[in-house]
Amino acid sequence: MNTKENSRREFLATTLLAGAALAGCGGNPFTPDEVTDVKPSGEMVKLLSVDGEIIEVDKAFLKPVPEMPPVPNSEARVGIPGKKFAMVIDLSRCKSVKKCQSACNHMHHIHPGQNWIKVYPMQESEKTAPYWQPTTCMHCDEPPCVKVCPVDATFKRKDGIVLIDSDRCVGCRFCMAACPYSSRVFNWEEPQIEKEIADKPYSCETSVPQKKGTVGKCDFCPDMVRQGGLPHCVSACPNGVFFFGDILEDSVTNGSETFRFSELIKDKSGYRLMEDLGTKPSVYYLPPVNRNFPFENSEEKEKA
Amino acid sequence: MEKLAENKIIEDLLPQKFGKQGQIWVISLLAVCALGFYAYCRQLYYGLEVTALRDYASWGIYISNFVFFVAISLVGSLITAVLRLTDVHWSTPLTRIAEIIAVSAISFAGLIIIVDMGRPDRFYNLFTHGRLQSPIIWDVIVITTYLFISLLLLYFPLLPDLKIMIGYKERNGKYLQKLYEFLGSFWKNKPEQFKITDKAINILSVTIIPVAFAIHTVTSWLFATTYRPGWDSTNFGAYFISGAFLVGAGGVLIAMYVFRTHYKLEKYITDDHFNKMGKIVVLLALVYLYFNINEFLVPAFKMKKAEEEHLMGLFTGEFSPIFWFAISASMLVPILILVTKKGRTPKWAFFAGILVVVGSWFKRFLIVTPTLLHPFLPMHDVPKNYMHYFPTWEEWAIAGGSLAGALLVITFFARIFPIIPIHETIIETESHEKA
Repeated sequence: MNTKENSRREFLATTLLAGAALAGCGGNPFTPDEVTDVKPSGEMVKLLSVDGEIIEVDKAFLKPVPEMPPVPNSEARVGIPGKKFAMVIDLSRCKSVKKCQSACNHMHHIHPGQNWIKVYPMQESEKTAPYWQPTTCMHCDEPPCVKVCPVDATFKRKDGIVLIDSDRCVGCRFCMAACPYSSRVFNWEEPQIEKEIADKPYSCETSVPQKKGTVGKCDFCPDMVRQGGLPHCVSACPNGVFFFGDILEDSVTNGSETFRFSELIKDKSGYRLMEDLGTKPSVYYLPPVNRNFPFENSEEKEKA
Repeated sequence: MEKLAENKIIEDLLPQKFGKQGQIWVISLLAVCALGFYAYCRQLYYGLEVTALRDYASWGIYISNFVFFVAISLVGSLITAVLRLTDVHWSTPLTRIAEIIAVSAISFAGLIIIVDMGRPDRFYNLFTHGRLQSPIIWDVIVITTYLFISLLLLYFPLLPDLKIMIGYKERNGKYLQKLYEFLGSFWKNKPEQFKITDKAINILSVTIIPVAFAIHTVTSWLFATTYRPGWDSTNFGAYFISGAFLVGAGGVLIAMYVFRTHYKLEKYITDDHFNKMGKIVVLLALVYLYFNINEFLVPAFKMKKAEEEHLMGLFTGEFSPIFWFAISASMLVPILILVTKKGRTPKWAFFAGILVVVGSWFKRFLIVTPTLLHPFLPMHDVPKNYMHYFPTWEEWAIAGGSLAGALLVITFFARIFPIIPIHETIIETESHEKA
């Protein structure tokens, strides 16, 4: 059953990668059996093939790209070639709406109460200004978690993303002890996920479904990125706090604004967290200057 | 005359059946083990959810118990190897006690680490996907090595004793006789055989010292290779090893007293043994105290921001009662007791040994958990119960069960084999009389 499904997935993945270049139009999702039923309309469209050649296809054969099946985990370990992903978090825009967190929790089916994205109320010292600091996994270039993993369950890809293979993780939690950013969480009990999702094979790129007794964390949503989209936190944020992009292309975007990464970091004095530890994070922060919102800690008000 | 003495020695040292006390002891240990086993079944079924471990305090008493077991097992190398190689003879009656403590503790160290795993069903991944740069893999390698060397160091000196025991067929009963014959029927007391085992024991004694240092140094590196305040220390390897020798020696004091009084071995484990072991414990406690001063006073002098929360939590905060208890019980009070001549009498030494071992167990807890509860970024966006750690009954039961299991192994060993080496004792008395 499982192998059959996998081979079908791989078939879909290879055929659809070519199909992904085709523009979307109405109709049913692509399935091999249906192709024979379609009658040519005679109206041809020109398209650029994946090999860079211009080809002509009858319009009737054009199908919308269905939801991309996740890449096999062997491919997910390698990463997307020619990319080096980074995130920029603009602290001057954050007012702790936490839409990033709820979108992330929802899309990854995270256990209630646990969060991969945390939004910290920070204040360096008594006299300095408080601000909100959202944290994701830092996707370090010298990841302490990867160094200590005894079974290569957590790994660093060529595109800079650090992922977890929950089918391999033995649950020793050494990575959690090693991570100075406290970005890893553990599935202490059987995850509360609908059966339909829980029964899916685990994908390193979607980090779904989470498994009992293994570690989970922010994954930079490589499944979205592979489809040309943005991580869920980036698109969910109403204030455009999160920018995501490729350092090699030197551009980052929050969906509505796009900046040159290097200029943004230079102009706004971007920095990374705990630089002194030598972990070389892929997440950059812009300092909370000229803020869009005053700092209001409703959590503290609730407590008081 | 000499012949008589030999018979008397054998008579005194042959393993004895459990008396009423022994039976009660074994049954209560079995009960604790059974409770621990039941708790572990619950943990297997529900997951680590049944523990109080959460994302911040992700290691708790399982891991501190693991460190404790590894620590106490180092005593095997101290008594058998270090004292043997330095030509100290008074410790001969204690070698087997030390070695069985080592074997039993290191076996349970391995078990308890599996208990801590979220996916024990994937244990084989450590072999099929093991990566050599992870300190966990180093630990797996050195602990396995240590276990096998310790087993051999237990087995080789046992061979002449097996020969003696095989001679007491009726006393042994069918099953034990079979076991003794299986283990030692090839041993004929030939000079060549002695030559080979002596050589083997010497080689093993030399090799076990670096391996013993390795097991506990690597165990310390599970912590010291991370960035966290309280663990990020270059002092950690030496700090762990000195503490390990201390708790092991404390364990030997306890075992000496229990075996001596229970089996009436006053002639073999003499007052002088307590006197000498007591002095060793004082020395080891002083060394460990020295490393503790380094470990706490130097960062406390600077009070770096990240260290401050952790240190204040230990000195005056949440963990201060355990901290000061552990420091006094494992070091200060035993030193005060054992520096006096009266303190080195069996009863007092036994009491000091208990203090050392209990204090050291809590000391291991303080090494593991408080650090995790003082992360670099403040604890936030987690349920309230994630911010504290107090073990659940399942954790206590499992940890207690593992300790009871280790004691059971030692108890059964003493029931089946002579806990004091018979052959070596005979040789020692002979050479003593000649001198």
